[in-house]
Amino acid sequence: MVRLFTDQLHIGYGERLIVKDMTIEIPDQKITTIIGSNGCGKSTLLKAITRIISHQSGTIILDGQSISKEGTKTLAKKMAILPQTPESAAGLTVGELVSYGRFPYQKGFARLTKKDLEVIHWALEVTGIEEFKYRPVDALSGGQRQRVWIAMALAQETDMIFLDEPTTYLDMAHQLEVLELLEKLNEVQGRTIVMVLHDLNQAARFADYIIALKDGQIVKEGTSEEVIKRDVLKDVFQIDAEIGRDPRTNKPMCVTYNLLKGEDLHEKATSTISTAVHTYS
Amino acid sequence: MVKRSTSIPFLYKFLIGLFVLISSFFISMVVGAADTSLKDAWNAIISNTVTDTVIMLNEIRLPRVIAAIFVGAALAVSGAIMQGVTRNPLADPGLLGLTAGANAALALTIALIPYANYFWITIVCFIGAAVGTILVLGIGSMRRGGFSPFRLVLAGAAVSAFLHAITEWIGLYFRISKDVSMWTAGGLIGTTWGQLQMIVPFIIISIVISIFLAKQLTILSLNEEVAIGLGQNIIRVKYMLFIIIILLAGTSVALVGNIAFVGLMIPHIVRGIVGTDYRFILPMSAVAGATFMLLADTLGRTINAPFETPVAAIVSILGLPFFLLIVRKGGNAFS
Repeated sequence: MVRLFTDQLHIGYGERLIVKDMTIEIPDQKITTIIGSNGCGKSTLLKAITRIISHQSGTIILDGQSISKEGTKTLAKKMAILPQTPESAAGLTVGELVSYGRFPYQKGFARLTKKDLEVIHWALEVTGIEEFKYRPVDALSGGQRQRVWIAMALAQETDMIFLDEPTTYLDMAHQLEVLELLEKLNEVQGRTIVMVLHDLNQAARFADYIIALKDGQIVKEGTSEEVIKRDVLKDVFQIDAEIGRDPRTNKPMCVTYNLLKGEDLHEKATSTISTAVHTYS
Repeated sequence: MVKRSTSIPFLYKFLIGLFVLISSFFISMVVGAADTSLKDAWNAIISNTVTDTVIMLNEIRLPRVIAAIFVGAALAVSGAIMQGVTRNPLADPGLLGLTAGANAALALTIALIPYANYFWITIVCFIGAAVGTILVLGIGSMRRGGFSPFRLVLAGAAVSAFLHAITEWIGLYFRISKDVSMWTAGGLIGTTWGQLQMIVPFIIISIVISIFLAKQLTILSLNEEVAIGLGQNIIRVKYMLFIIIILLAGTSVALVGNIAFVGLMIPHIVRGIVGTDYRFILPMSAVAGATFMLLADTLGRTINAPFETPVAAIVSILGLPFFLLIVRKGGNAFS
C-alpha cells in the first residue's frame, strides 16, 4: 500500500465544490504530475493534501494516519511544500532562507545544530546555489530563486516534496534546470515528488504517473502512455492533439494541437435555432 | 564567496543603539523649561538628596522621560509586528482600529464621567483600543479562510471611520470636542508614576514575549503557505501576535494619544540597519523607537520653553521627510 492516499475527498467553500469525490493514491518514490485546465482544481487538490487548506469531507491518509489529526510539525518532517511563486524574501540571504527549512526540527530558542548546518550545506550544494549563500535572494534570477526555495524544501529532509507549478515564469533553460533537479532528487534519493505542471510535454517526459483533472474530478490517471492520448486531451483541455514520440526519450508528446471549438457551441446553436424556429412557426 | 554587505554583527549595532538611548536619556533629563545640571539629574535618579530641583526632576521630568522611552519602544515594536503579520508596509496602530477605538472610549468617558482621573481614562482608552482591534479582526476574518492582509486593511478603514464618527457625535452632542482633542492631540505632559506603574509592566512583558515569537514572525512574514509547510501553527501564532499588538499599542495610545509615524517609520529605518529577520528587527525597533520618542518629546519641551510644542507635531515634522527618504531609497525595506 502507498504511504499517501485520499479517500472520497471533497474540497470547497460552502456550496461550491472545487474537488469532488477524489480518491487517489500517490505512488511512493515516483514523480507524479497533476495536469488540467485552469480552475480544474489541481492547485486546490495539492493544497488540501498538504494541509494548507482544509477539506470538507473525506480523508487524506499519510502513513496510516489522517493528516487532519496529525501535528503540523510532524507533517512538516514528512512533506515539504513549494507554493506557487512565493513572494520575494525581502532582504533575506540565500543561506538564511534555506536555513528556515530546519524550522520543524528546532525547539524554542535553540540555535542551528551541527546536523542542521550539514543539511543546509548539502541542500545548497545539491541545488547548485552554494556560491550565492551570502547574497540576498532578491538579487538572483528567477531560476536561481526557484532553486533557493527548492533548497529550503530539501533542508526539511522530507520524503515527499509538493510543488505548485514550479516552472511558471521561467524561461526554457531554467524550466529544464528545475525539472532535471527534481528528477535527480527522485532518482538518486528516491524522494516522492508531486507537482502541478502546465506543459504537457514536460509532464510526459518527467512524470512516472500523471493525474488528469477536469472540473474537480479525475478524467484519467496512469503513465504518460496512458494519459497523454488523443481522447484524454480532448476531454481535459478541449484540444485536438496530434500525439507523437519524443525521439530522444521515447515518451509521448503533443506534436501539434488545435483548439476544439465549435462542436459544443455548434450543437447548442443549432438546437437553439431549431427551437426558435419551432416556437415562431 | 560574496560577503554580506552589512558585516557589522547585530550585537554591536544593538549596543550602539543602546548607548545612544542612554545618552539621550541624560540629555533629556538635563534640558527643559527649568535649568538643571547633570549633577541634579544624577541625584534625582540615584541618591536620596532632597532639593526643589530634585523633586521637580523626580516627580515631573523623570516619569515623563520614562514614559517616552517605553511608549516609543512599544509603538515601534507593535508597528514592526503589524507590518510583519499583515505583510503591509504601511501598517501602523491606526490601521487596525486601535487609535479610533481608544478615541471613542475616551470621548465616551469624558462625556459620562466628566471627573474621571487620568488613571481611569488610561484604562478606558486601553479597553477601547482592544475593542476596536477585536472588531477589525472579527470583521476581517468573518469569511472562511481567516484574515487576509487585504481584508484587514479594508475592515480597519471601515471600523475606524465608524468609531471616529461616534467620537465626533459624542463630542458635538455633549459639547466636549475640545477636551477630547486636547487628549488625543498626543503628549506626555503630566505623566505620573501611577500611570507608569500600570503600563510599563505590560510593555516590558509584551516586548519580551514578542522577541520569543520573532522567528515565527519572520517565517510568517515570508508567506503563509510556506509557514504552514514548515510546520507553523499560523492561527495560534497570529492570535498571539495580535494580543501583543493590542497590549503594546493600546497602552501607548492610552498614555499619549495619537502618535502617528513612530510605529510606521521606525521599523522601516531599522530594517535598513539590521535586515529583515525579526529576531533583530524587534529589539532594535524597541531601542530606536524609545530613542526617537524621547528626543522628540525633549525637543517638544525645549524649543519653545516654557511652552509645550505638541510631541505629535514634532514626530510628524521629523518623521515625514525621513520617511520619504526611506521610501525613495527603497533600501532593504519592503519592495
